[in-house]
Parts: sequence; structure tokens; C-alpha cells
Amino acid sequence: MNDRLIFQIPYLEKGKQILPTVPNEISSIEINIPDNLKRKKAPELPQISEPQLIRHYNKLSKKNFGVDTGFYPLGSCTMKYNPKINEEISRLENFVNIHPYQDEEDIQGALQLMYELDVLLCEITGMDKFTLQPSAGAHGELTGLFIIDAYHREKGNKRKNIIIPDSAHGTNPASVTMAGYNAVAVDSDENGKVDLKKLNELLDKETAGLMLTNPNTLGFFDENILKISKMVHDVGGLVYYDGANLNAIMTISKPRDMGFDIVHLNLHKTFSTPHGGGGPGSGPIGVTKELSKFLLIPTVELNNKGRYYLNYDKKDSIGKVKAFYGNFNVLIKAYSYILSLGAKGLKRASQLAVLNANYLKKHLSKYYHIPYPEICMHEFVISAIWQKEKGIRALDIAKRLMDFGFHPPTIYFPLIINEAIMIEPTETENKETLDMFIKAMIQIAKESDKNPEILKSAPHKTQIKRLDEAKAARDLILKYEYK
Amino acid sequence: MDYTPHSNKEIKEMLSFLGIKFLKDLYNNIPDKIKQKKELKLPEPLSEIELLGRLKFISKKNISTDNRISFLGAGNYDHFIPSVVNYIISKPEFYTAYTPYQSELSQGILQSMFEYQTMMCELTGMDISNISLYDGATSVAEAANMAISINKKKKILISETIHPEYRQVLKTYMKPRKIEVFEIPMKEGITDKGQIKENLIDESSCLIIPQPNFFGNLEPIDEIFPILSGSNTLAIACVNPLSLALLKPPADFGADIVVGDGQILGNPQSFGGPSFGFLTCKKKYLRKTPGRIVGQTVDSAGNIGYVLTLQTREQHIRREKATSNICSNQSLNVLAACVYLSYVGRDGLYEIAELCYRNAHYLFQKLVAIKGINPTFNSKFFNEFVVYIDLDSTELKKILSKKGILGPICLEEWYPSLKKRYLFAVTEKRTKDEMDLLIDTLNKALKVK
Amino acid sequence: MDFPEGLYYSKDHEWGKVEGNIVIVGITDYAQDALGDIVFLELPPVGTDVEANVPFGTIESVKSVSDVYSPVTGKITEVNDAVTDAPEIINQDPYGEGWMVKIEMNNPDEIKDLISTEEYQKSTEE
Repeated sequence: MNDRLIFQIPYLEKGKQILPTVPNEISSIEINIPDNLKRKKAPELPQISEPQLIRHYNKLSKKNFGVDTGFYPLGSCTMKYNPKINEEISRLENFVNIHPYQDEEDIQGALQLMYELDVLLCEITGMDKFTLQPSAGAHGELTGLFIIDAYHREKGNKRKNIIIPDSAHGTNPASVTMAGYNAVAVDSDENGKVDLKKLNELLDKETAGLMLTNPNTLGFFDENILKISKMVHDVGGLVYYDGANLNAIMTISKPRDMGFDIVHLNLHKTFSTPHGGGGPGSGPIGVTKELSKFLLIPTVELNNKGRYYLNYDKKDSIGKVKAFYGNFNVLIKAYSYILSLGAKGLKRASQLAVLNANYLKKHLSKYYHIPYPEICMHEFVISAIWQKEKGIRALDIAKRLMDFGFHPPTIYFPLIINEAIMIEPTETENKETLDMFIKAMIQIAKESDKNPEILKSAPHKTQIKRLDEAKAARDLILKYEYK
Repeated sequence: MDYTPHSNKEIKEMLSFLGIKFLKDLYNNIPDKIKQKKELKLPEPLSEIELLGRLKFISKKNISTDNRISFLGAGNYDHFIPSVVNYIISKPEFYTAYTPYQSELSQGILQSMFEYQTMMCELTGMDISNISLYDGATSVAEAANMAISINKKKKILISETIHPEYRQVLKTYMKPRKIEVFEIPMKEGITDKGQIKENLIDESSCLIIPQPNFFGNLEPIDEIFPILSGSNTLAIACVNPLSLALLKPPADFGADIVVGDGQILGNPQSFGGPSFGFLTCKKKYLRKTPGRIVGQTVDSAGNIGYVLTLQTREQHIRREKATSNICSNQSLNVLAACVYLSYVGRDGLYEIAELCYRNAHYLFQKLVAIKGINPTFNSKFFNEFVVYIDLDSTELKKILSKKGILGPICLEEWYPSLKKRYLFAVTEKRTKDEMDLLIDTLNKALKVK
Repeated sequence: MDFPEGLYYSKDHEWGKVEGNIVIVGITDYAQDALGDIVFLELPPVGTDVEANVPFGTIESVKSVSDVYSPVTGKITEVNDAVTDAPEIINQDPYGEGWMVKIEMNNPDEIKDLISTEEYQKSTEE
């Protein structure tokens, strides 16, 4: 059934009362805006009653699927459970209603939380100092690349190239371009890891750095990482850690020990802050002592009198990447999460994320092509090439999974795998859920033989059936047109 | 406390299915040299009771603006948020969802984003809208990037009257690519038009003008944007979305791109984040826009539905040639804005803007009547204004905080020539009594002097 | 999959049909099938100089972007506006209504550098 747009709900003639009645001395003040600048026609916004509004959005919420609805094995996104206590804490009045330009004396709690989160993230990653300003992973990447730029400029030559594996997230090459570098792809070897020989050929005096996700986007820990970082360091480049997959190795291995100079974390993945239907996230950047002078301003510091303060006095800082200090509300949740779990809890989270992934992978290996069979980390990639021979694509499998009450995995990524289906169960799913998912995947594999039509026309049980994305891109209806 | 649901028995079963004895064996391929030997030095795990206690304790070291009378603004504001906003954005189907790649399971978010795009186009008068950037500052930087990619020119003109942190962000973004950021000086609190003419060259990619500007002043954009006509330089307006209830949409003055910060629309101050940045523009620039865009389509049964569209602009497809690297954005904050705008509605938005204006002007008039307080600029303003107060900032802060008053913001740090100039923001939440207390307090303080 | 005779093919999946010193250029049936639903096409204006094996336009499906390469060096004399307006025509009729541009060749001999129907068909089967 089509749901009305909010604009199609009949408008009230006059808006509801929102504001208090104000004294005459105020209400009598004339609105004196120069005629040239004055709005003549009010913007067409909805005008509906509160009950109607609630029903409208309530109806919409029912057409959406979140982690709280069901299993959400979206590879590379770490859709783990979002603890409710963290939501409650993040809404404490004295966290919500604080202004970024209040006196430092009045915001000691906020500064303490940021300072301590910085310390916790340093301990987890082995880095020396973090900035919490970037709003998302990609924003962190950009910040890290700006630091690489500043580092090389100080040495007298910006250099030209950033090397990225061909299996990398799209944000990596896009960030590289925004930072004024060329993205140079290094091929993966037959095990899905960085091809050392090819890497060696690409490294030279123009190599500014290398960006690497480890475990990588295929779900494998690159055991050559020490060699790789040494090779990059030997030509004077820096090594950047894309923290999208840290969830597999928390407390087990520190990026700093692998030789990384700059690290970004995705608090909305690894540290359980909810993804909000596409954000807000948070992408803090951690660096070595040598690079910390380039960090964004302000950093949060603690003085010898036990007071926290914002430090703007950093002449080598690359500046700012957003107004104020970061997505503070997200930082609160990540901080609470780390305090809840402690070292033991983080370790257990990582181990069980890896256990869940391997359990699924082995079960599915009989029914789907597994490009790389070895033990994986927290996620793995299967390929629908066996099904493709029968005309079934990864997309069809994804859509059919919806009928079983599951959110589909990531599809068509990484690009180096044909008909890729990338599955990340996370640690917060139990064996029962995994077994149900396995059952569904087996049934789908069988359907691709016996009843391919049911896959091609899936989903069947959702409120809306398969949507025509080509039509959307051709017709381009991007807003409601008032009659 | 952790959130793993596994029983020991299940773990054993799963391990034995894999032919592995211990959990640690899952990590056999990580070289010993880089394996963590000792347990991390993190605090002992806390129970929910302890956690809440500890975080409440920390939070109480902050002073909530709700326990004070706040006149703080400068890009982050204490506006009213209707209770419906939190109710809706707390729905788990919304806040625990990922980016709506799988549209059949994401119609709720997608439809509300489509509604949001419509509302932002209505407010700004532009043809199309994306579904958010990180904040106002990054929306300025992304708009500048967009202009550079449209006209391939390498100089950005930006008014000195825009938020100083926005300019700082723009410079950080542009420095590695050696793109010149030229700040157009101000004259009496607004952009100096003569300086635009003087500095407008062939290489100028865009001109970025705030409305209202950092001081609350209304910029004569009706005279500024026409200066660009006949050039290839793009006109970018960075606007306060609430002010657009009273002000002509930037489209009417020929704006090519309109950006700004959306915190004002239903999002709390939250120490400056998360907020969201919006971006609307002319249709001809559609394929150059950064970020997600939602389009309407139909399903196989002919029902209307919504999908992310024009994804070929984005990083996950176009990679190094993408219009931007943005992936996660600020969707939940956009949903808050969408609910906010739907709730206050056409009349309500106007009334709120009107009351902000009136409150600010009431306070301004009373303040400048006090001896020792003078207007700084002669411009029309919306809900922020600057006055000279014959007190230094430490003194002023001390006097006001005794009465529970927060703000104003001292401008000297950002604009060294503006000594003892103070920026006040007045929202619809401020009452006459609260403003009178401020007036009275300053009156007394300056009389003693 | 259709591989018509009498056309020249490039390894980048363009076809060319020679009429005097003009080549009509489009993408092959194989290419349109691999791309899926084509939703957008960007072609340069008439009069643009193009170079052999260098991209002159882009073609987009819902989830991919590809360059369109010029098979020859020369100047664009005509652009098929019908396909830029309705790019699905390329999916429906890649060798007919779905042609993209006409190019006036600088050196008609260059066409011999392209491959035959048979060779092209073979290359797609590899």
C-alpha cells in the first residue's frame, strides 16, 4: 500500500499553538526587514496536528529494519547490538544541554569524558594521542591524509601518491583525491592479501603513504603487516590504519605494534554506537608522538592542577575539520561501552565476532563458492558465481533473505570478488540466530536450482516489493511537487 | 558487562565444529610478535548500576544551559525542541538501522529523507537537496569543492563575516591542494562589496556569503550576488534555516548552492555535535553534488517507493573520482529536522522566527539605552547582535554568572579589532523576565562604574 | 548475445560502422548486458576532437560508471540526442537506435587497428 507523503495529509488552516503568549512590549516590536530581503511567500511546510504527525512517522518506522528488529549481517558495517544504557546516558541533561563556548569551568565533565576516551583509545590501539573531532570514518581518513600532507610538507616534499589495496573501501581513494594525492591501487595476491612484489614495484620517493584495513575487507588478517609497514617506512612514507575492522582484534593486536603511524576508528561500528539510519558516526584519529603536533585543534588536555582544558596553542596543527569538537553525543556512548566491557569484555567481543563468522563460513561453504577458505576474522566473503550460472545474482539472494526476516549482507563489495556477498554476523548474535540464517541460505541455494523465479522476484513478504532503481535514476523525482 | 549472548556450551560446540580447541586459536595467523601479551590497562568492567552512577557524576561537572539563562550562540543555539522529535528519533527501527542501501527494508528512513529534501528545497528555494553533510562548516567546504569541480577554478572567495571556525575548516580542506582561500574583508559588520569587485578574478571559483552573518547582521545579498553576473564564479549562500521563514530564499538572488547548519532544526546543543549540514543547489549541478540523494520510484507491483539514487557520484562506486568521500552522514539528525519542521509547520516556523527576532530586538534596544553599552554595527539583524560593553570579558562574565546568565561571547579572540564587542544570541526560549534580569544586571554594573 | 558482421570492434567494447570517412560508434551488446540498466550517458558536443583509445564519454548504470573510448582519432560530427535523453535505448538496440556519436576520421587507415567480429566474439568468451 502506498503511504501518503506528509505533504499529502490535509493541512490545518492555522498552525497549532507552539509558543507562549508574550508581553505586549515584545509582541509589538515591528519586524523590520529590508523589503528586498523580506520573504513574500511562506515556504510550503506541512501543517498537521500532533496525533497525525505521530501516526505518520510511526507508520514509516514500521517500514524500516534495524538491529533491534533482527539479524543485520551487513559486512564491513559491524551492525552489533546498541546497548540501551548508553542511549540513556547520552541523554543526561548535563550532556545534552551544554554549549561548546561555555567556560571551561562549566564543562569539566564533557572535557573529562573526551580526555579519558582519548586515553582509552590510545591503550586499545597503542597510539599516543587522539583527536575526537572527525564525524565519520571517511572524515577521519581525510584528517589522516591531511596529517600525511603536513608531515611531508615539513620535510620539504608533499609527495604524490597514496597506495591503497584494490580491495579497499571506496572512501579510501575518494579521501585521497580530496587531500590532493593520487590513489595508486596495489593488487591483492592469490590469498586476498597485499601482493608484496607488486607493492615493492609501486613504492618510491613519491610514495606519501599507504592506507590499509587490517583485517582487510575480505576478512583476513594480513600477516605480512610488519613487512608491509617496514617497506613503506623505508621509502619515507607513512602507514595509515583504516579502523573499520578493528572489531576482530580488540585487545588482541594493536595497530601501533603492526607499524601504523595513523589510525582511524569507527566508534559507530567497533564501539557499538548506533548508526542512526546513516549517521551520526564518529571517526577519531590516533597518531604517534611524532605526528601529534599536527593534530586538529583544539586537543583536550589535563593540567597539573587536575583541570581539563582545550588546547589551541599548536602552531603546527593542520587546523579544524568541523566546527567545535566532534560528535560529542556519540563519544559518550563509545566511552560508556568501553567502561562496560573493560579489557575482558572487549576481548570476548572480538573473539566471539570471529567465532561467529567462521561458524557461518564453514556451514555455507558447501552451498556457496568461498573464494578464500582459510580461517577468517570477523567477516568473510562468499561469491554467488555458482548461482550466477543459473541466472541468479547476489542481488537476488540478498532480496530473498528479507523474506526470512533477515537484513541482507553487503553485496558487490569488495569489487575484486565476482558476485560478492560479504557477511559480518558480529558478536551479539547467538548460535540459534546463526543456525536460522544458515538454514535460510541453504534453502536459497536450493531454490536457485529448483525455483529460480522465487529469487528473481524477491522479496515477497516485505511491505514493498523489489524497487526499480533504474527508473529512479532515469526519472529523477527528487522531491514532492506541490500541485 | 558485555553483550554477547553465547553460552559456554554453545561456544564449545561451535569451536568443535570448526575443529578448533580454544578461542585464541582463531588468531593463529597473527604473528606472535604483534600479538598483545599482557591484558590491556583498561578500568575493570562496570555493571549498569555503576556505569550510570559514574556517568551521572561526570555529567554533573557540566553546567546545563537549562539551569542558566543562555545568550550563547555563534553557530550552536538553545532553541525549543518539541517532545515529538525525541519520541520519533528514538524509535529503534530508525536509530538502529544502517544507511538504507537495501531499500525494501528501509522505506521509513528513505521516505522521510525524501520529505526532508522537499522541505529544504522549499526553505531555500533551490531545485534539489542532498540528505546531509557533517555540519555547517563542512557543508561550506563541500560546496567549495563542488564549485571547483564545476568550473575548474582555483580560488575561493569567502566573506570574513562567516563563522571563523567555518573559514578555518575551509582552509584545512583546501591547503593540501593549494587552493587559495581569500577572505573578503568586512566593513561595518557586513561583507565589503567593493572588495568583492576588486578581488573577483577569472580564477575565482566561488563566492561564499553567510546570511545572516556571524554577527547576526543581514548581508545585502540582493546586491552582492548580482556582482557575480557575467562571471563563471558560483554564488554560495551559507544560511540559518530558521531565518528563511522571514528572509527571501537565496535562490531569488541567484544562489547556485545553498548550505548551512541544521542544529537549529530540532537538534540539541550537545556540546557542538552531532548536528548536520545541508546542501541544496540548482538542478544543473545535480551530478556534482556530494552525499546521498533519495529518489522516488515504483516497486514490481507498481507501488510508489523510495531508493538511494544517483549513487554513481559516490565513493563506493566512483572511488577516486567521486564527488566527495562522504559515506556516513548525519541521518538521524536530519530525521530530527524533518520531524521538527513537520511539527512546527508553516505558521509555526514563521512564529518562532518572528519571536526570535522580536526578543533579540527587545534586548538590543534596552541594552543600547544603557550608558556604557553601544551598538557596534548599524546593520539590520535577525536574532544575534553585537554591542560594545564597557567591561572586559572576565569582569563581564563574573557579573553575569552571579545571576546565572551565560554569554555573551567576546569577539576579540576572533576579530582582534573588536575589543569589548560582545555577541548575543536570543532564541524564542528567552522570556522577558530573563532578558530584564540581564538588562538590570548590566545597568547596575555599569552605573557603579 | 549479438555480434553483427560488417562492424569493427574495439577491445573496450565499442563498435564502429564505417560510412566513407565517417565512423558511427556505439557500445556492443555484450557491453550493455554487462552494464545492466543504463541510466545516464554523457557525451561531448559536436565539434569535439577525439583520440583513438582515449575516453570521450561516460556511461552509467545504477551501480557502475564506465568510460566510452573512441575507436579512432578525429572530430565528432553528430551526437545521438535520443540516447542521451533515453539511455535505455542502448539496452534495447545497441547496434541500431542506440548509436552514440559519428566521428570524422583523421586517418581512415586507423580503422584497420580495430578487431573483427570473430576476434571480438572470441575475446568476450575468454
